[in-house]
Amino acid sequence: MLQLLDSQRIVITGIGLTAPNGNNLTEYRKALLNRQSGIESYNIRHFGETLAGVCHFDALKYQNRKDIRRGTRAGSIAVYCAHEALADAKIDIQTVDKSQVGVFLGITEHGNVETENEIYQISQFNYDCKYWSHHHNPRTVANNPAGEITLNLSITGPHYTIGAACAAGNAGLIQGVQMLRLGECDLALAGGVSESIHTFGIFAAFAAETALAAHDDPTKASRPFDKNRNGIVVSEGGAVYTLERLSDAKQRGAKIYGEIIGYAMNSDASDFILPNAERQTECMTKALTKSGITPNDVDIVSTHATATVQGDIQEIKALKNVFRDCKTTYVNNTKSYIGHAMGAAGVLELAGNLPSFDDNICHPTINVDDLDPECEIDNLVVNAPKKIDRAEIILNNSFGMIGINSVVVVGKYIQ
Amino acid sequence: MTNEEIRQAVIDILSDISPDEDLSNLDDAAPFRDQLQLDSMDVMDIILELRKRYRVNIPEDDYGKLDTMAHTVEYLKPHLS
Repeated sequence: MLQLLDSQRIVITGIGLTAPNGNNLTEYRKALLNRQSGIESYNIRHFGETLAGVCHFDALKYQNRKDIRRGTRAGSIAVYCAHEALADAKIDIQTVDKSQVGVFLGITEHGNVETENEIYQISQFNYDCKYWSHHHNPRTVANNPAGEITLNLSITGPHYTIGAACAAGNAGLIQGVQMLRLGECDLALAGGVSESIHTFGIFAAFAAETALAAHDDPTKASRPFDKNRNGIVVSEGGAVYTLERLSDAKQRGAKIYGEIIGYAMNSDASDFILPNAERQTECMTKALTKSGITPNDVDIVSTHATATVQGDIQEIKALKNVFRDCKTTYVNNTKSYIGHAMGAAGVLELAGNLPSFDDNICHPTINVDDLDPECEIDNLVVNAPKKIDRAEIILNNSFGMIGINSVVVVGKYIQ
Repeated sequence: MTNEEIRQAVIDILSDISPDEDLSNLDDAAPFRDQLQLDSMDVMDIILELRKRYRVNIPEDDYGKLDTMAHTVEYLKPHLS
């Protein structure tokens, strides 16, 4: 690993999350080890019956009803996750310099939900724009979810979202690392959120691409690597991490989940939708190089695979390019439980794996009844948790449309 | 609509846009803003809801006339009779 000063080493000290199968890390990890899916039947205006990952957190825990009405679902998810992360990190926000707190959230998209709602509203009035709400602007500005955190917690440091398709969760973490290293903030609330299940457009678009999952049993609908996979289950969710410099975390005696030892992002520059295994390979390789480690050092690869035919095959190709001779690198997938949480996917999937640093268990990819031969790879953990000898490095993949790839590498913190 | 019905219509709107407020002891003679946590966005919500629910179009110059419940009922009466 690279030798850095403690002031340049960035550690994860708190995690707040809501996923379709858990509203905190303990619940979520338990669900993953118990192979408990969070996918359910779902009905949305215009599109009708489908499947989705729906979060069931208590939005009123940190917001009043007026805040919820005025803001967005993504904002509520973000506020919930931020509070939970701070509580988990044992940080009292009232005691820190709020001008030195930064909020950086990845989003796949934002504003579709609110725009669809407004169009539906004015459709009831013969599309007369006099009935368009003044709330549309603050709800749809791209920084909305991160900004709602700052409004709720009176944080006055920088805030913004990072639009990075489904690579966005990792991108939020990367931004947090960079801002801490630059000294632009002393505490980063970083991660990703998604409210996408509330826009019918995303279901209709995936259906138009023949990439929307369908199954009689919702819990079996998300099935990456299975021969009978038939597409994506769209989910909402969020995860926010508290990131701090190691020097600061040590000083306050913080619990440390892990250290972000490296990362990389790149672009396919090849297709609007189809992934590119060569560029994914380059992204993982670059992240390993930046981390100062070799592929053999990686114990768990958290895959991005979304259960589309091409996407899964291309990622496995890339993994074989990078980890071909690695005998103790295990591979899993979390979307098989929670569906595709879009901007939150990367951070939720990484969060689900972080407890392996303590319990040495790699949670499995579920719903693999008939492994697609083109998705075969050594050490793919399927359908049952795997006790592994060493769990010290996790590599987390997140890829997105227009050809955007992100990889984050997290190491176990050993004093 | 009677004065009481107009008052109730305004209460219904207020309870939707400001759901955490207790409206049971609203003083009709006192300004809304002295009794409720309302900001300019809320005032625009009241205007929009009146337009949506009752097709009442209130010109911007008249927004200030909706400062109390009594004044609001008085203003709306010719539009809702």
